[in-house]
Amino acid sequence: MSTYAAVTPPAPVVEPPARFRDLLGAEWIKMWSLRSTGWMLALAALFALGTAALAALGDYHNFPRYPPQVQREHMFALGDAFPLEGYLTLMLVAASVGAITMVSEYGSGLIRTTTVAVPARGSVLLAKAVVVTAVWTVAGAFIATGTFVVSQSILDLRDAAVSVTDPSVFRALVASALLAPICALIGLGFGVLIRHAAATVITSIFVLLMLPLFFASDSRWSATLDQAMLLTAWQRLTVDWVPTGPDVRIATITESWIVYAVWPLVATLVALVVVRRRDV
Amino acid sequence: MIEVNALTKRYGGTTAVDNLSFTVRPGQVTGFLGPNGAGKSTTLRMILGLDAPSGGTATVGGVPFRSHPRGLRHVGALLDAHQVHGGRSAVAHLSALARSNGITRRRVDEVLQEVGLSEVARRRIGGFSLGMKQRLGIATALLGDPPVLMFDEPINGMDPEGVLWVRNLFRRLAAEGRTVFLSSHLMTEMENTADQLVVIGRGRLIAAESLRSFAARSTRLSVLVSTPQAAELTAVLTAAGANVEPEGSAGSEKLAVTGLPAERIGVLALDNRIVLHELTTRTASLEEAFMELTAASVEYLAGQAR
Repeated sequence: MSTYAAVTPPAPVVEPPARFRDLLGAEWIKMWSLRSTGWMLALAALFALGTAALAALGDYHNFPRYPPQVQREHMFALGDAFPLEGYLTLMLVAASVGAITMVSEYGSGLIRTTTVAVPARGSVLLAKAVVVTAVWTVAGAFIATGTFVVSQSILDLRDAAVSVTDPSVFRALVASALLAPICALIGLGFGVLIRHAAATVITSIFVLLMLPLFFASDSRWSATLDQAMLLTAWQRLTVDWVPTGPDVRIATITESWIVYAVWPLVATLVALVVVRRRDV
Repeated sequence: MIEVNALTKRYGGTTAVDNLSFTVRPGQVTGFLGPNGAGKSTTLRMILGLDAPSGGTATVGGVPFRSHPRGLRHVGALLDAHQVHGGRSAVAHLSALARSNGITRRRVDEVLQEVGLSEVARRRIGGFSLGMKQRLGIATALLGDPPVLMFDEPINGMDPEGVLWVRNLFRRLAAEGRTVFLSSHLMTEMENTADQLVVIGRGRLIAAESLRSFAARSTRLSVLVSTPQAAELTAVLTAAGANVEPEGSAGSEKLAVTGLPAERIGVLALDNRIVLHELTTRTASLEEAFMELTAASVEYLAGQAR
């Protein structure tokens, strides 16, 4: 190497401290600068509210034909508040949007632009996870409250509504509100692992919605796997009555909450390890 | 300053970058040249900590780039103009990046102004032409006012006005004392912009020197002759042992002559009563030097057990 005439040495880089808050701000801008975000949230909410209203209306119309015991106990009320069709759709949308937060960056190559701006990859992923969790928790709480209020307002006309002050009703409300952010985090985790948009969405939906169908509660190992499924845990947390018997294996409430905690935690931790190791 | 030392990247059995070492100094525009697949982009990605090297090191300003928690104030890079989300507006894209590095919103407007995208700042990037995306990528690189700038094929898709603008921008950035590292396979662009060259072929270093000394490496010196009697002159020169290749279009044909100096060609033309309109000694172009050297490298590598 030859030597060159001395050039002015570049001034040392002056920069403010790296704040996690700034990464949250950046991810917040990214999320809301895509028109699809608002649409997806609005559609998921409308669909869930619609299914709750339809379920409640069905029971409202059929109520006069129900046997006296059913009319008295009105156990359908909780099911109408958090209908399976609505919440399966919510899971699907939340998981997909969570996944897209990540795979849209890999798909377009934006992830490289992002990583050059913020070489601390783990921090970027955590910021995405926090923003996704925050947005979907608010949306989930809004949707769960909405489906509850809509359905119970209708059933109240038959004096068949349940009250949120009932502990098992409140538990169902919380479990339903948390379902969306958990699915979004799982989608985000799969997004980091798989990177490919279609494959990520298919995997997320398969694991969250299809896999539980493969297990039954009649054999020991199958029941254990079934209880480890997020959908099964949500279903367990949103009923106030479960069958009992020597052959029936059903998770406890505590076990179901643990399932709720483990899925997003493992998804995020695995993603954090992988994102540091792989080439961008 | 960018320092690359024995940098190697292997993907399975293929070696994309092979024991590469070079230094890119501040205050100059350094061109990074190589044929397609030579390993230029892989090298840039390793310098930026996106890809982990299989061996060797790459540092920017003395430290691995990946060790910085935030990068925009250290290095500005345009790797690929398509690495944006088409659904966002230019201003949203830049605002998110600026925000992540604690850079003000005012700076976003400044760089948009500088690259000439202020008018379309609120339009979706998906509708941008490649040239506009290149400008957006350059705006991204300038956001943090960094001492080191890296651009991978920044001229692609730009109109002549854009090319001129970008060329002046690179010169100005270098004059400000910054390190400017510019990858391209457009030799002519380097001829107009770069002071220094790093040339690679098949992942290996071919040359790291000034543009001038690189061009001088070529052994081919030719003389350009313009004559209305091209056929006659060709016969005369060929008989004298020269190699003659026609150039230019019909009507204004020129001959590129190698193997004879200009003065000898002039004398031969006079002796044979051939009219000359032009007689120019041409030093080898950068392109020719490049082709010659990379061709040598390819032959050399092909002969090696891999």
